Amino acid sequence: MAEPAAHVLEVRDLKTVFRTRGGEVHAVNDVSFHLKPGELLGVVGESGSGKSVTMMSLLRLLPAPPAEIRGGKAFLNGKDLLAMTDDQLRSVRGAKVGFVFQDPMTSLNPVFTLGNQIMEPLIKHMGMSKAQAEARAVELLELVGIPGAKQRLHQYPHQFSGGMRQRVMIAIALACDPDVLIADEPTTALDVTIQAQILELVKDLRRKLGMAIIWITHDLGVIAGIADRVMVMYGGQIVEHAPVRELFANPQHPYTRALLQTIPRITGPREARLKVIEGQPPILTGPLTACPFRARCEYRFDTCDAVNPPRRAIDGLPVGQGHDVACHWHAPAKAEPAHA
Amino acid sequence: MLDAQPQPLVQVQDLKMHFPIYSGIFRKHTGDVKAVDGVSFDILPGQTLGLVGESGCGKSTVGRAMLRLYEPTAGRVIIDGDDVAKLAPEPLRKKRPTMQMVFQDPQASLNPRMTLAEIVSEPLDEHTNWTRDQKLERVYELMDQVGLNRRFVNRFPHEFSGGQRQRIGIARALALKPRFIVCDEPIAALDVSIQAQVVNLLEDLQEKLGLTYLFISHDLSMVRHLAQRVAVMYLGRIAELSPSKDLYARPLHPYAEALLSAVNEPDPELAARRNRIILKGDVPSPANPPKGCNFCTRCPKVMDICRTVKPDLLEVEPGRLVACHLYTAAGSTGASEANERNQQGETR
Repeated sequence: MAEPAAHVLEVRDLKTVFRTRGGEVHAVNDVSFHLKPGELLGVVGESGSGKSVTMMSLLRLLPAPPAEIRGGKAFLNGKDLLAMTDDQLRSVRGAKVGFVFQDPMTSLNPVFTLGNQIMEPLIKHMGMSKAQAEARAVELLELVGIPGAKQRLHQYPHQFSGGMRQRVMIAIALACDPDVLIADEPTTALDVTIQAQILELVKDLRRKLGMAIIWITHDLGVIAGIADRVMVMYGGQIVEHAPVRELFANPQHPYTRALLQTIPRITGPREARLKVIEGQPPILTGPLTACPFRARCEYRFDTCDAVNPPRRAIDGLPVGQGHDVACHWHAPAKAEPAHA
Repeated sequence: MLDAQPQPLVQVQDLKMHFPIYSGIFRKHTGDVKAVDGVSFDILPGQTLGLVGESGCGKSTVGRAMLRLYEPTAGRVIIDGDDVAKLAPEPLRKKRPTMQMVFQDPQASLNPRMTLAEIVSEPLDEHTNWTRDQKLERVYELMDQVGLNRRFVNRFPHEFSGGQRQRIGIARALALKPRFIVCDEPIAALDVSIQAQVVNLLEDLQEKLGLTYLFISHDLSMVRHLAQRVAVMYLGRIAELSPSKDLYARPLHPYAEALLSAVNEPDPELAARRNRIILKGDVPSPANPPKGCNFCTRCPKVMDICRTVKPDLLEVEPGRLVACHLYTAAGSTGASEANERNQQGETR
């Protein structure tokens, strides 16, 4: 434990495996990262890159079996989440760590009123009375910009639009004043103009409440506008990590670069032809013994097939603090074997 | 197709698609969901028209009604000389080979119990009397065209990735050598790194086969890349129809402006500088649209006239059609004002 006190969340070498009939799927491979108070960490990756599984593993939200957390530590304010009993963990979920899921249509219970669902964590975790919880629920709905909060408490989810439901989800996640808010693709299911509303809301809430946020998305555009730091995931591991401006101005991993080039822009000259990342994302059965991106990489050379590259700092700062990348191109002349 | 003055291949005139609402115990017809409410546009042969808008604006319904997957309520859809909206069943069946569709969800639009060969040759079964070998030959040809390995011919959809499934969907659409293809969000269900593969394929095919596309999407940056002209829809009507480069440089309709400003560019510097227009509220229900302009409930530049009179889609600049009172005679002072505002918008 170097200095976990300075970090709200510190994850080290997290490993999650799914046992399936077709063999073990190594969904998260030695993922390490930290979260400072009040910052917004963006997690970018395609489906299957392990970004959601990483975050779900922290709170043990994955069904086990088939999921199994093979190793690692996750300190929330110095306490290891992965070593907690179920009871202890229950006092963390929703209280210390709020979770906003992707699909606001399915993550609210259709047979309970919103008031019920917002008040539940307040009564369970904060020990509030019903009246107190109701007052707080109204406050929360107003905070996330839902007009007529008092009346709307008694309505059911189907009476809300998608954007409104996502606001409600955020209100629930914020109910117990969590230290960390994990938002898993919270705007993906929404239309662009509604997405813009939610992004504005989150920026505004950060200013007001100052909690740390982990924002999972596949949309680099969203990340560019909202994150302080970004980690790019591929094949269940972090392949690049940097402060947001650095990442977009100076992407180093071939995957990050290619990804930025495949997206057409809305401003600037129109591309004659889109750059393509050939091939398919890797299938993660079995542990990674080589670079997961090698099959699609234009810079592939011998070492890539032999050794899974470890993360290396490229700006002199320790790995995880500044800009680091997991690619053999950034290795010093002699490639060192990946550490365990 | 190399005519000096090209005739549009596709002409849509005042297309309406209303879905009736029945309620009460007698299932009385009590209203209509006006999913598409008077949409008109042309597409020149070999070109792509982008149709953009948010979910529920009616863009997919336009595509489906055009190909008579729905029975349009009113309007004309002239594809290569025939009014598809009015064709009798048999001529319509004969017409189908020339107009095809690529669907959004390659998972749902391919029958899981059919092999690739069966899926791609199904249109051939229906519309040709070729022998088995001829059909198989055509399937192979199509697989080459869309970049699928011939070895996969007897595989089932679940054995393919999302991008490959979309290629199968495209191969099926091409089987009968259509001239016009409606692409209904063909990349929305795909990962970012796969999207570019499919888009490039669509572009190559267009060039090689001289195809005409209606490209329906909510991805404004991809539409900019693909389309020569773009129609922005809002609540069943076209708000603006402009050449792509003009629209993206300087949107005229306030909704188009807001929509474009809401797009997230992968550029933190730009994101920090940009002044977004954040629209308030949600899209009203198409069963009960506002009395005047459909956008009047959320428009940042709303005027009194907007709440009472529906604006027509008019040419306000060469080649640019806009349905907004800011640009009509009634709001002529508004037009110059809006221009100013637009220019200010650019310098921000």
